[in-house]
Amino acid sequence: MSGGALSAWSALSWACRRDLLLAARGKADVALVLVFFVLVTSLFPLGVGPEAALLRAIAPGIVWVCALLASLLSFPRLFAADFADGTLEQMIVSGAPLPALVAGKMAAHALTAGLPLALLTPLIAVQFGLDTDALLAAVASLVLGTPILSGLGGIGAALTLGVRGGAALLALLVLPLMIPVLIFGAGAIEAAQTGMAYDAHLSLLGAGLIMAGIACPFAAAAALRIALD
Amino acid sequence: MNWFKYSSPASFYPLAGKLRPWFLGAATILLPLSLYQGFFVAPTDAQQGESYRILFIHVATSMLSMFLYLIMAAWCAFGLVFNTRLSAMMAQAIAPTGAWFTLISLISGSLWGKPTWGTYWVWDARITSELILLFLYLGFIALTQAIDDVRRADRAGALLALVGVINVPIIYFSVRWWNTLHQGASITVTGAPKMAQAMLLALLFMTLACWAYAFATAMQRVRCIILEREGDSGWVADLKRQGAL
Repeated sequence: MSGGALSAWSALSWACRRDLLLAARGKADVALVLVFFVLVTSLFPLGVGPEAALLRAIAPGIVWVCALLASLLSFPRLFAADFADGTLEQMIVSGAPLPALVAGKMAAHALTAGLPLALLTPLIAVQFGLDTDALLAAVASLVLGTPILSGLGGIGAALTLGVRGGAALLALLVLPLMIPVLIFGAGAIEAAQTGMAYDAHLSLLGAGLIMAGIACPFAAAAALRIALD
Repeated sequence: MNWFKYSSPASFYPLAGKLRPWFLGAATILLPLSLYQGFFVAPTDAQQGESYRILFIHVATSMLSMFLYLIMAAWCAFGLVFNTRLSAMMAQAIAPTGAWFTLISLISGSLWGKPTWGTYWVWDARITSELILLFLYLGFIALTQAIDDVRRADRAGALLALVGVINVPIIYFSVRWWNTLHQGASITVTGAPKMAQAMLLALLFMTLACWAYAFATAMQRVRCIILEREGDSGWVADLKRQGAL
């Protein structure tokens, strides 16, 4: 990293590949979040009773709320380790564009924490009796929506870096911002369940993804500079 | 006149002290006046009966809750751009008042909703957004309180407020976006207001009272914050020597 400034794209792909490699070496971190997701979704039938109609009705919300909570667990992972061993500081002084590095880390987070959730949805669909259309909507909305969560969570993780009460504070900061994602994500599944078109929800999620992709890396980079000032 | 003179805590502290009694006085006069106008003078509503009178409080506090967040975010942006210390102090002085107004707006709204809609709470877009606004205020307060380094707390809070400000237009336009149970706006900039003069007057008084109260509390709080942070500085020592503290 020290040899001259990297271009934005190479910084992004370097950071992304590095975090993917780290995730591949420490699979337990990724797996824990997935187990949490399945475990919490499994609690709902036990809590509200096994009636198929009721489960089908609450499934869209359950899937998305659990996705929110599961991703919340993994946000501290984004910067904490790099902050602890000084890597983050080196990234800031390296001269490489920090927003690009942050975007790379967010992309890696989306691939290791968000995408697996989408891939696990068929399991949830079996548990809650979702039909094929609803399952497709769930997978599509999670694929589009979880990267937004990674972006927003990145801002929150950067703001709360090394702050006491970090985890609860992080939840308070980012969950309100994620509500639109929850609304449109769950809305897509619900629309699919009732046989309506859900492409409007997906379009809104896609628009949100584009906006988050542009704005979040800059905001999180600014937050990192504040944290490491 | 050089307005930047007052961006220094040392010169703003006495100004805030001078302004505060005026705003507090205005609030003390306007609040009983608006309550009298709203609860005794304004006519009974044809459809909602007497319970609509809660709306004088509800509408004014809802308006303030959103405006105060915008003002807070504006101070935050100002502080990040110009790197003035006072801006962050102002933002932190406004936040608790904004949070209280949001809470009053939610409570008064639910008290109005029970006789009118038959329920204390509906998950309508605008109500939900107001609830989210409360969480945004609480998040801002919690974040600035959790960070010990003042400079970092100021700037981190400022960034969070700017990210959260995206929510305020969502509140405003949510009526059109989701368009559920909550009724549309009664007062529009264009077009005549759809309510009686006496009602409008009550609402106007209440809004002014809320503004005056918000200013007064913000001034008081910013004075406390300034003293907390500048306690070791020369001008505070001078004030102490003069017996002003």
